[in-house]
Amino acid sequence: MTAAPESDKPSGLADLVCGACDVPLEMGKVEASYLGQSFPVELPRCPSCGFVYVSEELALGRMLKVEQALEDK
Amino acid sequence: MDGQRVKGWEARCIEEQPPACTTACPLHLDVRTMRDKMKSGDFVAAFAVYARFIPFPAILSHICDHPCQPKCRRAEAGGAIRIAELERACVDEAYATLRRKAQMNRKPKRIAIVGAGLSGLTAAFDLTMKGHRVTVFEADAHPLDRLLSDYAEVLPPSAIEADLGALTTLGVEIRCRSRIVGSDGPFGLDTLIESFDAALLALGPGPALDFASAVRLTQTGRVAVDPDTRVTSHPKVFGGGVHGAPDEVYSPIGSAHDGRRAAASIDRLLQGASLTASRADDGTTASCLYVNVAAHPSRPPIEPSAADQGYTHDEASAEAARCFPCRCMECVKACEYLKHYGAYPKRYVREIYNNVGIVMGHRKANRMIDSCTLCGLCDALCPNDLAMGEVCLEARRDMVDSGHMPVSHHDFALRDMAHSRSPAAAFARRQPGRGECAVAFFPGCQLSASSPWHVERVYAHLAAKIPGGVGLMVDCCGAPALWSGRRALHDEVTAGLRDTWRSLGEPQIITACSTCLKTLGEFLPEMKARSLWTVIDEIGWPDGARPRLAGPLAIHDPCTGRRATDAQGAVRRLAAGLGVELRELGGAELTTCCGFGGLASFANPEVTDKIVDRRIEESADDYLTYCAMCRDNFARHGKRSVHLLDLVFPSPEGGDPAGRPDPGFSLRRDNRARLKTRMLREVWGEDMADPTPEIALIVPDAVRADMERKLILVEDVARAIAEAEASGRKLKDKATSHSIATLRIGEFTCWAEYEATARGFLLHRAWGHRMQVEAKP
Repeated sequence: MTAAPESDKPSGLADLVCGACDVPLEMGKVEASYLGQSFPVELPRCPSCGFVYVSEELALGRMLKVEQALEDK
Repeated sequence: MDGQRVKGWEARCIEEQPPACTTACPLHLDVRTMRDKMKSGDFVAAFAVYARFIPFPAILSHICDHPCQPKCRRAEAGGAIRIAELERACVDEAYATLRRKAQMNRKPKRIAIVGAGLSGLTAAFDLTMKGHRVTVFEADAHPLDRLLSDYAEVLPPSAIEADLGALTTLGVEIRCRSRIVGSDGPFGLDTLIESFDAALLALGPGPALDFASAVRLTQTGRVAVDPDTRVTSHPKVFGGGVHGAPDEVYSPIGSAHDGRRAAASIDRLLQGASLTASRADDGTTASCLYVNVAAHPSRPPIEPSAADQGYTHDEASAEAARCFPCRCMECVKACEYLKHYGAYPKRYVREIYNNVGIVMGHRKANRMIDSCTLCGLCDALCPNDLAMGEVCLEARRDMVDSGHMPVSHHDFALRDMAHSRSPAAAFARRQPGRGECAVAFFPGCQLSASSPWHVERVYAHLAAKIPGGVGLMVDCCGAPALWSGRRALHDEVTAGLRDTWRSLGEPQIITACSTCLKTLGEFLPEMKARSLWTVIDEIGWPDGARPRLAGPLAIHDPCTGRRATDAQGAVRRLAAGLGVELRELGGAELTTCCGFGGLASFANPEVTDKIVDRRIEESADDYLTYCAMCRDNFARHGKRSVHLLDLVFPSPEGGDPAGRPDPGFSLRRDNRARLKTRMLREVWGEDMADPTPEIALIVPDAVRADMERKLILVEDVARAIAEAEASGRKLKDKATSHSIATLRIGEFTCWAEYEATARGFLLHRAWGHRMQVEAKP
């Protein structure tokens, strides 16, 4: 998850708006962490309040694989 | 994990033990692999296997005395495999493919062999293959002279020529008409000892008085040799041939083995190695491989169409296919978990031990360790009582203690256990208006969750029938903590249960759950826990109308009750008493798990789905269970199943008892909480209100089923939406007008996509992850 592949950019990103700030989400730098390991990733987030969106595709796809790899370390 | 214990477990699995044919062969020919190749028609590969063990394939395929055949286990089911004929067919077809190449040896030694019989020439072959230079001295005009005369009818001279040709091609020098005598002349033994690095006396029958000056002789005048190493009184001289025990009977394969053993000793001597350490060439032994012969239908041997011609290719393949082959695999055949990983316990134990021992790196066996249901079926089937559950549980404990247990494998189940122990669900009371409490009903957390009305009706019945006061203890026995390898947590649960039990006045526990019965029996023996079924067997059911059943029921015993024979018997009597036509599914001792055992379904639903699917396909009848979790798991897989209590206390909602759906994890929690408030209010008269949902949430069936698979609870999603709506922290999808909420719950982040409707919030989907994400400033 160190790179920021296009696959992490949800197809409907353009339609997603932060409910609190009323601004569209943008791809931005995010820190992902699990079991004491942290790494930078690029994910959709609110440019104003920093609300980060993890799509179902990401959560059950690449993110799950990284979680499992870290659990088996 | 303790290394010695691991070795003990490995030793119990006999799957890698050679079959009886191989152990009966002095050269330990791998008959099983050879037959595998012949079965598939690849006789060249089969011959390569044969020639790897047998020094003279053409000769021995004609004259071997085959001690393997009388030991063949197929003999008990139709007739022994005709290994001799298989070897002949294989050699006849593929001998031309024989390719042998001696090892390169930078410092070859010179070895003299006296006697060109099968023994001496086998030694010559083996030592030449190891790169040594071998000279054979034969007194007669031809090598293998005995075979020419003794086996003239069965052994064609062409076979001898072929094998001798192959031997000399390898570089063995055979000097015929060269009788070695016991003197120091050019053909004297002393000269051989002097000019060669080692000598082998592979002599024929009769005394060898001539050699008395060089080596010690026995009272009968034969060369005295050590029976194991074949060394004589002279360290450079070894003995072999038909020069062993006085009552010996000539055996061609025995003779070859004799030469092989002497050659191995000579090679050890030349390498400066011990002649005795770790030898595995002790000839014929017994096989300790277990074979379930009864599982194979009887089949007679294939008869060759032309008796004097031996098998054709196809006949030989068919005879090879008649071999079982001998394997144990009793546990693997019966267990989808053991089958899933493609090997057998001996390998698994090693893999698990290696996994636990990894300091840095990828622990590949974590999920395998957590996929065992700990059901004990392997233990029940294993001829040596190897319990993989014991191995996996020990490994889990190690993983927990060392901080390497994957969080995701058991987190959900442990949170469910925490809920059933929490004030939201757990409670304990003495019988209303009674000070004494002789017994207490402990329904188990899953019965309370699956069919709470059963708890209410059974409690009312027990309280009415049993004198001395009947308490109620709704709690969890701690099995999830035990199964997940968390000893400290399990100790905590056990201590909590003990305290509650004492507060009730130490009543005898009556439990409806076989897991509770087993767990409490083992860790809280002072509770003297007994099965509800044996109690009802004594006191009977309450009077009243019973639901009508159509057709027989096949009984499934819970795996945790595999040894609970009293409960098994009571359930069968109770069911029969209720008019059920019962059918067995292979008996209680060999029952299988429903997938919940060992928390395996949380770590590896793929494996547990296979286990459940196999079980439900065993019979077309509806199933009768007496474990709430078994019933619900069968129901979720589409199998019509009833709980024994359904036969007496049908659901207040009515309907077909065998068609009752699996409530799922979310509803299970609601059921537990509602059971507590309802019973405390209605039985104990306490002021209790039912839990009220935070928001009105509509969950379509498909979404609910998807959430069950993902282990996401409706109450968690409801909380996420409630908080998002209260705080405004959510996303809006302009294209769909849906909202997206999220909430971190313990180690899990839950997401929900929903929309507000007039009836409440309609949930479209939910998902989750464990990784935490945070925007960087």
